[in-house]
Amino acid sequence: MTEDDVVAELSSGMTIGIGGWASRRKPMSLIRAILRSDLKDLTVVSYGGPDVGLLCATGQARRIVYGFVSLDTIPLEPHFRRARQEGTVEATELDEGAFYLGLLAAAHRVPFYPTRAGLGSDMLAMNPQLRTVVSPYPPDGGEGDDPGEELVAIPALRLDAALIHMNRADASGNGQFLGPDLYFDDLFAKAAARTFMSCERIVDTDALLDEGSVHTLKVPRLFVDGVVEAPRGAHFTECPPDYGRDEAFQAEYAATAGDPAAWEAFRTHYLEADGHDAYLARLEQRTDGGGPR
Amino acid sequence: MSGPATIDEICAVAIAEAFRGDGEILANPIGTVPIIGGRLARATFEPDMVMTDTVAVLAANTLPVGDPDAERLVEAWMPYRDMFDVVWSGRRHVVMGASQIDSAGNQNLAAIGDWRRPKAQLLGLRGAPGNLVNHTTSYWVPRHSTRTFVESVDVVSGPGYDRVADLSDTIRANHEIRRIVSDLGVFDFDNPERRMALRSRHPGVAVEEILEATGFELRVPDEVPETRLPTDAELHLIREVIDPGGLRKAEFTPR
Repeated sequence: MTEDDVVAELSSGMTIGIGGWASRRKPMSLIRAILRSDLKDLTVVSYGGPDVGLLCATGQARRIVYGFVSLDTIPLEPHFRRARQEGTVEATELDEGAFYLGLLAAAHRVPFYPTRAGLGSDMLAMNPQLRTVVSPYPPDGGEGDDPGEELVAIPALRLDAALIHMNRADASGNGQFLGPDLYFDDLFAKAAARTFMSCERIVDTDALLDEGSVHTLKVPRLFVDGVVEAPRGAHFTECPPDYGRDEAFQAEYAATAGDPAAWEAFRTHYLEADGHDAYLARLEQRTDGGGPR
Repeated sequence: MSGPATIDEICAVAIAEAFRGDGEILANPIGTVPIIGGRLARATFEPDMVMTDTVAVLAANTLPVGDPDAERLVEAWMPYRDMFDVVWSGRRHVVMGASQIDSAGNQNLAAIGDWRRPKAQLLGLRGAPGNLVNHTTSYWVPRHSTRTFVESVDVVSGPGYDRVADLSDTIRANHEIRRIVSDLGVFDFDNPERRMALRSRHPGVAVEEILEATGFELRVPDEVPETRLPTDAELHLIREVIDPGGLRKAEFTPR
């Protein structure tokens, strides 16, 4: 598939989960394809980074479901921050662990998972849709008829589609991460009705163990509906061991949040480049040759 | 090594002291000075603690801050997701920042103003709600002022003692705000009412200065000791081993 083929499978109003974490291994070529499209009113579920910031900046995200939105070396995502402060996007802000349990519940097709996270904090006030449950079991050390503990029921974060980026994959959709952390990409795939996966390189199935152990094959084709080969597809986020974050590019992106003219120039030059190859060609033209390889 | 201890080094040692007695838990300080404090504690009086390399492994050796290429003595893989198993097990002591904190220890790092449309969107809830109801927490506030030590926080990310008073026995047993370290002093809640109290003032800081910079009624004992100075061995570790590049200075702005 191409990025545009993936976008053709999506529609406005969908709830879309995006893998990676902050400014790390984000499926950026797929995100840019959404930015070039007419898709709108999206609910975006993400351990947020520039994916969230960009979809806020173009106004295509109606709601963000998140625990944080960060660029790592720039702690606050400036486009997201601006959208929150101007009230142009709705927010479902959860504890980071509660967010994980929501994905897990969706993956396991149960309505919720219980947790103590959120009790005592403002998470419940900020999210009036959240409910608590009372454990049907007595507390540890309690008697049989002692009342059970009250817990927060984190509802399943069911996704219409998930977008993830892997280091390698085979053509049938078996994905491989070669960096230090998978984050939640496998759970995003399992929580979604359909999952589309970009990767740095498509390899033959019999080559999947050439670069990593069996432990790196955490996304089986069972949970994947389409594969896109996108070298440097996570740029400008990091994608170790293939490449690090392009900090110069990220800083340039971040600076556009307070500068409409700079945003317009950035948008037309990079985001509207006609396809991933055109984007890569524009990176080549940068004085630094397009950042780390 | 030369020169007397500076405020950043005194704060790092105060944070190290927050971990004293913790034993074999995952010490998870966030921020440069807290990480230096945590690594210092493990290198000296809390050798059983485990600590991450801030990426995805537990490293058994004393790593320098800010050096992604430093050789790690890897003792376990700890990807981000696995950290929640540690959080929920209770075997963790985190040191977080606080954009605002109040007298009961309620912490805000989410937003300034109404969260529905904040004047300033900050980091978000992050893991604070889960951390506080599962394991020990301390806070690091590099600039102590009436803007950070406030009467009432705008959003409660990490609940304080008043917010957990009516929650389950389990939560109350797990909840502990051990210390707050600021650039002026060290604070705790070691009193029956669980209200913030001055534990020590940093050398050269007057109690009046702390009271003026605090937006609520702080408990002050009759005798306020000075925060202890780093030992020569601690200064050596901070300056030569853990932070030879002096990154700790960047968290401080001159008063």
